[in-house]
Amino acid sequence: MNKDYITAYYYDEDVLLKAVRQLKEKGLEVLDVLTPFPVHGLDKALGMRRSRLTRVAFWGGAIGAAVGFLFQAWVFTKGYPLNFGGKPFFAVPSFMPVTFELAVLFAAFSMVFAFLIYFKLGPGAKTVIHDERITDDRFLVVIGVRKEGNQQEIEQALKETGAEGITHNV
Amino acid sequence: MAGIAMVAIGLLALVYGWIAGLESNRIYANLHLNSFYFVSLGLIGLFFVAVHAIAESGWQVSMQRVGEAMSMFIPVGGLIMLIVFLSGGMHHLFEWTHEDHLDHILIKKVSYLNQPFFFVRFFVFFAGWVLLAWLIRKTSRQLDMNGDLQYFNRLRKYSALYVVFLAVTSVVSSWDWLMSIDAHWFSTLYGWYVFSSMLVTGFSVLVIFVFVLQRMGYMKHVNDEHIHDMGKYMFGLSIFWAYLWFSQYMLIWYANIPEETIYFYERLKYFDTIFYLNLIVNFALPFLLMMPRNAKRVYWVVIPVAVLIFIGHWLDLYQLIMPGAVGHEAAGIGFLEIGLTIGFIGLFMLVTFWGLSKAPLVPKNHPFYEESLHYHTNY
Repeated sequence: MNKDYITAYYYDEDVLLKAVRQLKEKGLEVLDVLTPFPVHGLDKALGMRRSRLTRVAFWGGAIGAAVGFLFQAWVFTKGYPLNFGGKPFFAVPSFMPVTFELAVLFAAFSMVFAFLIYFKLGPGAKTVIHDERITDDRFLVVIGVRKEGNQQEIEQALKETGAEGITHNV
Repeated sequence: MAGIAMVAIGLLALVYGWIAGLESNRIYANLHLNSFYFVSLGLIGLFFVAVHAIAESGWQVSMQRVGEAMSMFIPVGGLIMLIVFLSGGMHHLFEWTHEDHLDHILIKKVSYLNQPFFFVRFFVFFAGWVLLAWLIRKTSRQLDMNGDLQYFNRLRKYSALYVVFLAVTSVVSSWDWLMSIDAHWFSTLYGWYVFSSMLVTGFSVLVIFVFVLQRMGYMKHVNDEHIHDMGKYMFGLSIFWAYLWFSQYMLIWYANIPEETIYFYERLKYFDTIFYLNLIVNFALPFLLMMPRNAKRVYWVVIPVAVLIFIGHWLDLYQLIMPGAVGHEAAGIGFLEIGLTIGFIGLFMLVTFWGLSKAPLVPKNHPFYEESLHYHTNY
C-alpha cells in the first residue's frame, strides 16, 4: 500500500459490521477489513465484487483435463504403444482417472498461483502486519486518507463508532 | 384435476399395452420400473427430512413439508409393486423364479433368491419404511403444534433410525428388485449406484414441487438461498452418480471377465443410444449447466435441469431393467412406456398434494424455522 492510511480495531463483529456501514455512509474510503474469522454480510457491507477465482479454476481444470487426455492419447497410440491385456491402444475408459486427476491438480494449482500473483504474496513477499491481534480477537479496519488530508474527520468517525487503538500511517 | 387426467392416461396406456398384444414381460417390466422409481422418490423425500434432522441443519426447514408429503407415496407404490409381483410378475421379471431354468450358478443362489424369502424381505422393507415415515411425519407435526424440544429430539432419533435402515434396505432392495433380474451377474457397487441415482432424482423432484407450489402462490418463504443449496445438491450428486457409474463400468471393462462383461455387452450392443444418452443427460448436462454459481440460484436453470435429471434417471432405470427382463427384441419406448410414466407422475402428484394438504406448509414452530428464513450462502 503506497497510500496513507489509518487503522483502528473493534472488539465485536456486530459493532464492526455496523461501523463499516456507517463509515461507508460518511463517504470514507474503507480499504480493507481484517478479521480472525469470516463475518457474514461483510462482503456486502464493503461492496465487494464476487471473487473471479472460480473462473480461473474452471479454465485451469479444463486445460488440465485436456492435457491429461491428449497426452495419454498421444503416448499410447503414437509415442510408446504398449499392449495391455488385449485392450485397444486408444482405450478411453482407462484414460479417465488420470484425466480427472490432472483436471483437479491444474484447477487447484491455477487457483493457488493466481491468488498469490494477484495479491503479490508468496515466499519473499513483503507484508504489513497492522496488528498481531487480528489473528486472535480483534477486528481491524484500514481507512485510506485523502490527498487533501482528512485525518481529523476519520478519527472522529472512528471514535463515534466505538473503535480503539487508532494508528496513523502517514 | 391434472393429476386425475394423468392417471387416466396411465390406465389408458396399460389397456393399450394389453389390447395391442405387447409382450406381457414388457407390461410387467414397465409397471415394475415405475413403481420402483416413484417409491424411491418417496424414500428420498423422507431421507431429505431425516438426514438434515440428524445434522441439525436449519435451512431445509422451509421446505421439509414437501419431503414429508413425498413419503406418503411409499405405501401406494408398495401396493402397486405387490400387485405386480403377485399377479404373475415374478415369473415375467425374474428368471430365478423358474425352477426348471436353474443352472449350477443359480442353484447356489437359491438360499437367497427364493420366493418366500423374497417376500419376507419385501414386507420387512416396506414395514420399516412406512412405519418410520409415519413416525417422522407424526413427530414433525407434533413439533409444529407446540415447538417442544422433546419432539425435536424424538424426530432426530427416528431420523437416525430411518437413515440407518435405509442405508441397508436401499442396497438390499436394489439387489432384490433390480440386480436379480440378471441373476447370473453381480456387482458389489450396484446398491450404491442405484441409491445415488435415487438420491439425485429425489432432490430434483423436491425442487420441482417447491417450484410448482410457489407458482400456485404457496411457500413464499422459500428464497434464492434455499434454491441455491438444492442446486448444489443436484450438481454434486450428479457428479457422485457419474463417479459410481464409472467406478462400476471401468472395473468390469478392465477386468474383462466374460460373466461380468456380458452385462455391458448387451447394453452397448442393443441399447447403445440409451447407454450414451444416460451419461450425457445425467452427468454432462447437469455438470456443465449447473457449474456457475448464479445458475444454481435461478429457477429457469434449476427447473429444466431437474426435469432433465428426472427423465435421465428414468432412462437409467430403463437400461437397468429392460435388457434383462424384456430383452432387446421386445423392448422399446412407445405409448405404453410414456403413458404409464405419465400415469405414475399423476398418481405421485395426487398423493403428494394430498399429503401437503394435511399439514401447514410452513412449520412455524420448528426451532430452526427462524434460522432457515435468515439462511445465507455465498458460494
